[in-house]
Amino acid sequence: MSTAYKYVLGQQTYHFKNLTDLMAKATPARSGDRLAGVMANSAVERSVAQMALADLPLKTFLDEALVPYEIDEVTRLIIDEHDAEAFSLISHLTVGDFRNWLLSDAVTPEVLQKIRAGITPEMAAAVSKIMRNQDLIMVAHKCHVTTGFRSTIGLPGRMSTRLQPNHPTDDLNGIAASIFDGLLYGNGDAVIGINPATDNVAQATRLMKLMDEVIQSYQIPTQSCVLTHVTNTMEAIEKGAPVDLVFQSIGGTEATNSSFGFNLNILEEAQQAALSLNRGTVGQNVMYFETGQGSSLSANAHHGVDQQTCETRAYAVARKFSPLLVNTVVGFIGPEYLFDGKEITRAGLEDHFCGKLLGLPMGCDVCYTNHAEADQNDMDNLLTLLGVAGCSFVMGIPGSDDIMLNYQTTSFHDALYVRRVLGLDPAPEFQKWLKDMEVFTDTDKYLLSSEVPSKFSGSLKGLLQ
Amino acid sequence: MSKVNFSNNQAFNGDGITENPWKVLQQFTQARIGLGRAGVSIPTKELLEFQLSHAQAKDAVHQPLDIDKLQQDLEQLESTLVSKTIEIVQSQASDRFIYLQRPDLGRRLSKESKNYMEAHCGSNQGLVCDLAIAVVDGLSSKAIETNTLPFLQALLDLMSNETQQDWTLAPITIVKQGRVAIGDEIGELFNAKAVLVLVGERPGLSSPDSLGLYLTWNPHVGLTDAFRNCISNIRPKGLNYKEAAKRALFLLQESQRLKLSGVNLKDRSDEKVIEHSSDTGNFLVNTLDK
Repeated sequence: MSTAYKYVLGQQTYHFKNLTDLMAKATPARSGDRLAGVMANSAVERSVAQMALADLPLKTFLDEALVPYEIDEVTRLIIDEHDAEAFSLISHLTVGDFRNWLLSDAVTPEVLQKIRAGITPEMAAAVSKIMRNQDLIMVAHKCHVTTGFRSTIGLPGRMSTRLQPNHPTDDLNGIAASIFDGLLYGNGDAVIGINPATDNVAQATRLMKLMDEVIQSYQIPTQSCVLTHVTNTMEAIEKGAPVDLVFQSIGGTEATNSSFGFNLNILEEAQQAALSLNRGTVGQNVMYFETGQGSSLSANAHHGVDQQTCETRAYAVARKFSPLLVNTVVGFIGPEYLFDGKEITRAGLEDHFCGKLLGLPMGCDVCYTNHAEADQNDMDNLLTLLGVAGCSFVMGIPGSDDIMLNYQTTSFHDALYVRRVLGLDPAPEFQKWLKDMEVFTDTDKYLLSSEVPSKFSGSLKGLLQ
Repeated sequence: MSKVNFSNNQAFNGDGITENPWKVLQQFTQARIGLGRAGVSIPTKELLEFQLSHAQAKDAVHQPLDIDKLQQDLEQLESTLVSKTIEIVQSQASDRFIYLQRPDLGRRLSKESKNYMEAHCGSNQGLVCDLAIAVVDGLSSKAIETNTLPFLQALLDLMSNETQQDWTLAPITIVKQGRVAIGDEIGELFNAKAVLVLVGERPGLSSPDSLGLYLTWNPHVGLTDAFRNCISNIRPKGLNYKEAAKRALFLLQESQRLKLSGVNLKDRSDEKVIEHSSDTGNFLVNTLDK
């Protein structure tokens, strides 16, 4: 289990205690790994670790677990469900070869789809560590992952948005006002998803009903989600609430997930409960997961593994339950894990790449907190890069300001910016709805109507008098 | 096709901005809705206002807590439940720069503070109390300065009116450069059955003054967040003090009854109210039926 690694560079031999150590030291610098004390001690040591990692056969990751099999159900999930047949196409490669192979002309979206189940999270994390940002973008762009519920997410040339109408007291008119604003800016095809300020079953149910009524009334081809604990959603389902998607924050180790108050069995039960409602029309992907580098360390549950590898292991959890959406909330956790705009950007691209490579409908909450060294310019950069990479969805909130969660993410306006400069369409069902409802006067040019569309003007009338 | 039709565009008033007629909805929320647009981009005025808010929030993170003022405030609490003694302690994070990068240090008491508390506050004297209250600067000193006194007054009033139980409280503790989990160590040192942490939440653009509450049953060093219950966004324009105190008392009583806190303790304080009002009414759906 604990093989030591070494690499000879000129006169000097570099030693790495084990695979965990090698992976951590090969990781591009970030504050969370520094906090955990697992980071490379110098730039040269990092560079050498990357060379040593590149020489490592991919097979190694099937023999050496970074978190012991016996004590961790995520490791057991990864090993037990590994698809040897899918892996056979790449089983002869080293990590370094794998990068070349992924970038090569022969590797098409179809080929990538074929080998997905043979790639473990650790293999994806390892190769990402020796890839530049443009490599992460280039290969992610070739990974096509399509999911569906009432709208289809992830088709090439499209990008969806989660309309996030949070309100600090869950005021119904306040939430409805943000939904209205978002819809009229053409947002909301991935999901209308609320982070409740009051986190209990009754409140979650009330918000689910609100969104259900809006979706039904305006016949919007989208789905709703209240981002409450999985056990709350299960209780809401039992009580007959209109649940479209089940939400849960997930991490890459069993101990992380225990700290979040769930295990794989609970997710399985929740997925079955949501499927039994049979509310999807174009698909039955009923789970919505959120992740973010640093969550395992934050829960003191990282087992010495670097935060990017922990994050990628969370994708094994996600993959098991065929989610509609997986969202890496990249800058939310704060500067102790990702210090500045540069680290947030790198992490966003890594997470998107690793998630897509493993076959997940990966979106990104392009965001930052007010105690991080980042600003709107950093977010503009990452949003643009992710748009180029084929990111499945991003957030949309009024004016970038989440007044409930106290952080900044991408705005309704930002989504239209990236559509215009990169020609990215919303989900096809939603695109048609935007046209029918006259939100867009020209869907090809993403031209918004300058008037309130007639179907919406009724709801404003009473207020305008 | 590339021609923009100016003549039919009534909202185009010559300054490049398309206003949003639903600006009127701003009465319902502080969210930045109805901003209008220049093309599809944020207009200049709103852009610059946003940048000012960001600058203010950044400054709020770095503003130190005025300990003397807070201590004087807390001494004015009118309640027989708490003593006039206020303890002041410090985490292992010696300054803000370290605090921001090392949350682990913010979760533990400095050696001096720990020694002090062991000598003066505690468990070694064989005392047991129902509740310890820790007031922690966190990421917004402004949140603590604005909300601590009125919230605690509301909570203590409710607790005093509570006839079923006589509460014994540890002296209120003020913590400099602290994180939520430092409450576990403080509760443990007071030999308290539960700890309630008041902490300055990360400042938002529209809310640099938001207070968070965390309750932990049987506090001791090493607990994770799964063992805590949270009430968030307590501030004048957010969750009001009375309501927050009501919910806090509910959680306190439930954790006493069930002898636990965290994910297995659900906040049902307003479930009856919510369940009996099937009302999900709002302007967006109601008017459609007319």
